[in-house]
Amino acid sequence: MKKDYSRRSFIKNISLATFAALALSGCDTEAFDEFLQKNFKTLSKKEKDEIVKNLESKYKKKYGKEFHVSDKPAIDGTLFGYALDLSRCIGCRRCVYACVKENNQSRNPQIHYIEVLQMEKEKGIDFADSNAQYNPEKVPEKGYFYVPVQCQQCRKPQCVTVCPVRATWQEPDGIVVVDYNWCIGCRYCMAACPYGARHFNWGEPTLPVEEINPEMHYLGNRPRKKGVVEKCTFCIQRVREGKYPACVEICPVGARKFGNLLDPDSEIRYILENKRVLVLKQELNFQPKFYYFFGI
Amino acid sequence: MKDKFYGDINIPVILMILYIVLFWGCKNKIIENNEVYGGANGKAVNIMTQKAEEYAVEAPPFSDGIFPCTDCHKNLTPNPVRRVLVDWHDDISAMFNHDSENRWCLDCHDFKNRDYLRLASGKLLDFKESYKLCGQCHGEKYRDWKVGVHGKRTGEWNGKKEYLLCVNCHNPHSPIFKELKPEPPPVAQENIK
Repeated sequence: MKKDYSRRSFIKNISLATFAALALSGCDTEAFDEFLQKNFKTLSKKEKDEIVKNLESKYKKKYGKEFHVSDKPAIDGTLFGYALDLSRCIGCRRCVYACVKENNQSRNPQIHYIEVLQMEKEKGIDFADSNAQYNPEKVPEKGYFYVPVQCQQCRKPQCVTVCPVRATWQEPDGIVVVDYNWCIGCRYCMAACPYGARHFNWGEPTLPVEEINPEMHYLGNRPRKKGVVEKCTFCIQRVREGKYPACVEICPVGARKFGNLLDPDSEIRYILENKRVLVLKQELNFQPKFYYFFGI
Repeated sequence: MKDKFYGDINIPVILMILYIVLFWGCKNKIIENNEVYGGANGKAVNIMTQKAEEYAVEAPPFSDGIFPCTDCHKNLTPNPVRRVLVDWHDDISAMFNHDSENRWCLDCHDFKNRDYLRLASGKLLDFKESYKLCGQCHGEKYRDWKVGVHGKRTGEWNGKKEYLLCVNCHNPHSPIFKELKPEPPPVAQENIK
């Protein structure tokens, strides 16, 4: 029989094939809902509640544990800022792993939101000569200082500007977040970020079930999937409940400071008003809300 | 050809079914889209008026059996002459490097009542208030510590906070912060598979 390559038969066959595939896949309406879900910013309260409920039951099914997924909006009158005391940091990397655990980052392939750079005191802040792979018996090493780098939560975030689908934006409290359902994985934001703060899930993320943090936020530490970008959110699931980010809580030297930039009595405001602060790559004018200072 | 096209009902039917299936999920999802996202519909909490509460965590415990000091010292005649201790407290002598050139035990510990610390003014201080003793030399650190900039605070950024005392992190006899073993470095780029 002669093969029919006409346009008509193509349309006919493709329709049949799609329909058959849909029927065979068991018409999973949840997956459809998720696929057709709108951008988080445009969802109504009711829709959000429903999505959060579905996520909780989905995670329970997947991991066999109770989870709480929050969609708590920004608290009025807050703009989060962060300060890190370069004279205190000893480069112990406790923050890196506290962050991984708190934010359910993939263990393999490995994703770290915080990278601690070892720099020579003689050279000052010099990214080109910095070393993230240092691994001596004890830190700090003589003649070196340490600069932990994570998302700088810019006031003018260019990662947001370049996103072609608006899957990432700045919240009213200043946190730059990603809607993992809306991200198409084009990684433009990673190219736009001068701090290397965004990370891509190149493979299916793996999490040890017993280590999953069950307190989640939709825009924060809920499990990601392969092919989406993620980043530090100042632990949005913690800070919107009033708690300090995990890296602040773990730091053994108290080098990490966090607070509300709009509150004149906050620690962060005291630092800005009384210490000499600097931001990384100031010349780019992204205006980070992550300040470095010398407490000594 | 024309006849055949219109005669074949399959394609429109198939497409129709396909679209019904595709959009089944979102039939009850449209509408209500007039809520503003963000702080506008969140609870109004005025951070400015909330006064943060602060709590000190417990001071680290004394070495076993060392306190109260008077247990031993009440039977001893105090000797105010500066010397290196050899029989007792030799462990402290060995580690002592807190301006050891100019200071020794009785610059901070009271000569008469060993259960207390003593400020330069002669005022006695309970061990629980040791931070005041530190503050008389380290005034700048003391100021920073009181506002939460020096040292570590945990708890809530807008509420209850716990802060550590000087002696939680610094051994008063050897105050430099001790070195730590670093956690493992990240996987190097060349080892990523």
